[in-house]
Amino acid sequence: MSDANTLYNYDSKVEGDLIVSRFDAVVNWVRQHSVWPMPMGLACCAIELMAAGGSRFDISRFGMEVMRFSPRQSDCMIVAGTVTYKMAEVVRRIHDQMAAPKWVIAMGACASTGGMYRSYSVLQGVDRIVPVDVYISGCPPRPEALLDGLMKLQQKIGREKSAKKLFSA
Amino acid sequence: MQDEFLKGLLESFEYLEERPSKDWPSVKCLSTRLLEFLKQMRDERGFDMLSDLTAVDWQEETPRFTVVYHLYSTQKHNYLRVASDCSDEEPPSIPSVTSLWEGADWHEREAYDMFGIIFTGHPDLKRILMWEGYPYHPLRKDFPLAGKEVELPAADVAEATGEKVRPAPMAGGPFHAPQGGRMSASEPRGSDESWNEKLEKPTGE
Repeated sequence: MSDANTLYNYDSKVEGDLIVSRFDAVVNWVRQHSVWPMPMGLACCAIELMAAGGSRFDISRFGMEVMRFSPRQSDCMIVAGTVTYKMAEVVRRIHDQMAAPKWVIAMGACASTGGMYRSYSVLQGVDRIVPVDVYISGCPPRPEALLDGLMKLQQKIGREKSAKKLFSA
Repeated sequence: MQDEFLKGLLESFEYLEERPSKDWPSVKCLSTRLLEFLKQMRDERGFDMLSDLTAVDWQEETPRFTVVYHLYSTQKHNYLRVASDCSDEEPPSIPSVTSLWEGADWHEREAYDMFGIIFTGHPDLKRILMWEGYPYHPLRKDFPLAGKEVELPAADVAEATGEKVRPAPMAGGPFHAPQGGRMSASEPRGSDESWNEKLEKPTGE
């Protein structure tokens, strides 16, 4: 006697070991919680960035503590500080060297808009040369603000159409 | 004591002039006698340290540029300020003092970068803050704080982004904290708040 299970060769014993989900949800969940930041520390914001990595603020609670100083090993560039026109080339080149998928956080007033440096030497916002995902206000921002920005980035990663990007490329 | 020292200097070197100063003795020296004078100061008067070297742009006066040397004696703990006019031509020039103090190297490069002063005899006179090939000297009085439009230093980045070095939006600036008054009211503000990114700057017509 054959029922539907044997007919379609379905092993009923695997029930409970399977999770059914969307591809996007799985990929984004993995990406969200293994963000490896690349600290692009250029000015005093970098000091707050270091504080955020310390035990008092403990960036690792959110799964993004593995700071890597090599663009090849990281996927989120945190531009922390004033970007001069002379440095803009380097920022852009390091961003180009990062493997996709990659994200950029403009930390603080200078990286976001040039800040108080309305001057001949300062790039007026890093979004002119690299695509920015999250802007963090402050001069410099508190470590809590950076953590909040990183969590906002995690939420943004969670909304991405990863499957579409992966399979259309 | 400082007055006596200055008086002695002016008597022994006839090519010196006194300069107005609020603190340490200050003299003006002919640029043709500069190296000789500074060498004597270093070797005979104990001013063994060049603590600063900078320049002044007088804009409409001639000669337009003056280079200022701050000498310090590590034995006597006193300072001497020496100023010397650059040659009145474009580009202005003055002898380099790197042969006396090696530390003058980067100071002179900075003065060259910011003011365009040529230090003759400098071992490697090139820009130190702005990039090679930048066409202006930003600390000159006729250079606007916001800057001027030029190409980005890296051609490939300029091509990929379509960006240029653009004048910064001053929007009523430069921004600075007002002098005096209560701390709570001393947030930095533009000196002219009648215009910003959205309101055009009044032309005065």
